[in-house]
Amino acid sequence: MVNKSKMKKLNVKIGKMVLRNPVTALSGTFGYAEEMKDFVDISRLGAIVTKSVTLNPRNGNPTPRIVETPSGMLNSIGLENKGLKDFIQNKIPFLEKLRTNVVVSIAGFSIQEFEKLTERLSEYNCVSAIELNLSCPNVIHGKKTTAKRLIAQDEVAVNKVVSRVRKKTKLTIITKLTPNVTDIKKIAKAAENAGSDAISLINTIFGISVDAYSRKANLANTVGGLSGPAIKPVALYFVHQAYQAVKIPIIGSGGIMSAEDAIEFMLCGATAVGLGTANFINPAVATNVIDGIMHYAKTNRIKNINNLIGRIITD
Amino acid sequence: MKQFKAKIIFNKKIALHHHVLAFRTPKGAKKVNPGQFFNVKVGGSYDPLLRRPFGAHKIAGSKIEILYKVVGKATKILSERKPDEMLDVLGPLGNGFDIKSLLSSGSSSVALIAGGHGVAPLYALAKNLKTFGLKISVFIGASSKKYVVCDGDFKKLGLKVHVATEDGSKGHKGLVTDLLKSGCSICACGPKPMLKAVAKLSGKYKTYCQVSMEEYLGCGTGICMGCAIKTCSGNKLVCKDGPVFNAKEIIW
Repeated sequence: MVNKSKMKKLNVKIGKMVLRNPVTALSGTFGYAEEMKDFVDISRLGAIVTKSVTLNPRNGNPTPRIVETPSGMLNSIGLENKGLKDFIQNKIPFLEKLRTNVVVSIAGFSIQEFEKLTERLSEYNCVSAIELNLSCPNVIHGKKTTAKRLIAQDEVAVNKVVSRVRKKTKLTIITKLTPNVTDIKKIAKAAENAGSDAISLINTIFGISVDAYSRKANLANTVGGLSGPAIKPVALYFVHQAYQAVKIPIIGSGGIMSAEDAIEFMLCGATAVGLGTANFINPAVATNVIDGIMHYAKTNRIKNINNLIGRIITD
Repeated sequence: MKQFKAKIIFNKKIALHHHVLAFRTPKGAKKVNPGQFFNVKVGGSYDPLLRRPFGAHKIAGSKIEILYKVVGKATKILSERKPDEMLDVLGPLGNGFDIKSLLSSGSSSVALIAGGHGVAPLYALAKNLKTFGLKISVFIGASSKKYVVCDGDFKKLGLKVHVATEDGSKGHKGLVTDLLKSGCSICACGPKPMLKAVAKLSGKYKTYCQVSMEEYLGCGTGICMGCAIKTCSGNKLVCKDGPVFNAKEIIW
């Protein structure tokens, strides 16, 4: 028997969800969980976020749509997925069996699409939360010529989408934000004011990789989203900024590879953390990070993991 | 377990840019089929960040050899790894050559066509196919003599080897596809333009053809969706649905 009084409290709350620990797997890096079952004990995670689901099937962008960069990678997948109907038929049955929180990430091309996706998905008991992907860098909203390409770059648009979706569901809503903005505080507040229960940041940073000799862009789409350890300091900055602007919990992410990285995000203001690119390199990374956080809590006498949130020492 | 730490048995240079590295899969690991691959973390640092995929070149029970060409940072680091050091390996991954379908394709002879170090999985395949009594001929194409590897290994298996080099420094001067004749099934591994040419020829000769496709892999496990290719039945992932496909299925 484990002496419970000596166990450190690791659970955190995101909206109505209680996570058994702060570690989540990020959208687009964990498939629909079933793909990961041979590699990692999924039930140990605090939550998993599915690959973004769109109303209609999408083939995504042309290849190459992945390229490695120093300590990072660029992707321009372009939200390839088989659409809502297939998700309900073929992905939900496995998700229903999971003993962890399932967050379904959705991406719409209009407010109506976000509403429709939310309404349909809210019918399923296994869905604990909806993540609004307002920040995919590889899908252009509106005209190419307009400066603001992503919904999450425009606080008015963020407010509109979140408040309309809010009316359609009682489930926890998480809004996924982009770092490709001048003032994250404004955008984060817009999501909070519109009724989002939490925000998740950062999504990938716009980037380009070029071959000096062939002079060609290495991605077929030229521009992609940068992820991996290379972006961690930027991500910590954005979480720190957002933490000062909103009261709702933050799921912090961007280049987390280890328990130390995860703790750093919590110190900057994250309530939970997301593992992304790390899943590509080590599909069992989540369990390593969870074990590492437990060890950290024990050796540093942290009784409650929530006591770390925002406790960065800056003076 | 598909993820394991493997001790390097040996890691040696076999040609100007080519190396062979051997390790063992752990007890209870799945049998490795020719055409399947291992995704290897070449070192402990974040740069290079991603794993690198290597097809099984020689399979002897749990002992696996991979053949690789030093082309960049990651393969350079791999070439410097020493025996007894540990490698972080994921695998075997993907679907290898479909030997059942090959045997039932009706042809008693098969041509193995390699572009450069595309010979890597074809050696394991040749050894396997020999046990079924098929007539096997090997075709190796490369830009120049120094990039032709493993021709001796195939000959040791008692197979006829045809070589083509673009500069004429060894064998036929020209492309490996120049050497192909009608009538036999095909298994090919190499760069995409070569595979496309091979697929076109197999269409012309109406012969059965399997190709091992090359794409940049992010994860190797089917989750990042970086390696999608277009097929008759929609997008497929090279890492998970392949890397070996029926050439007819692919939209080139």
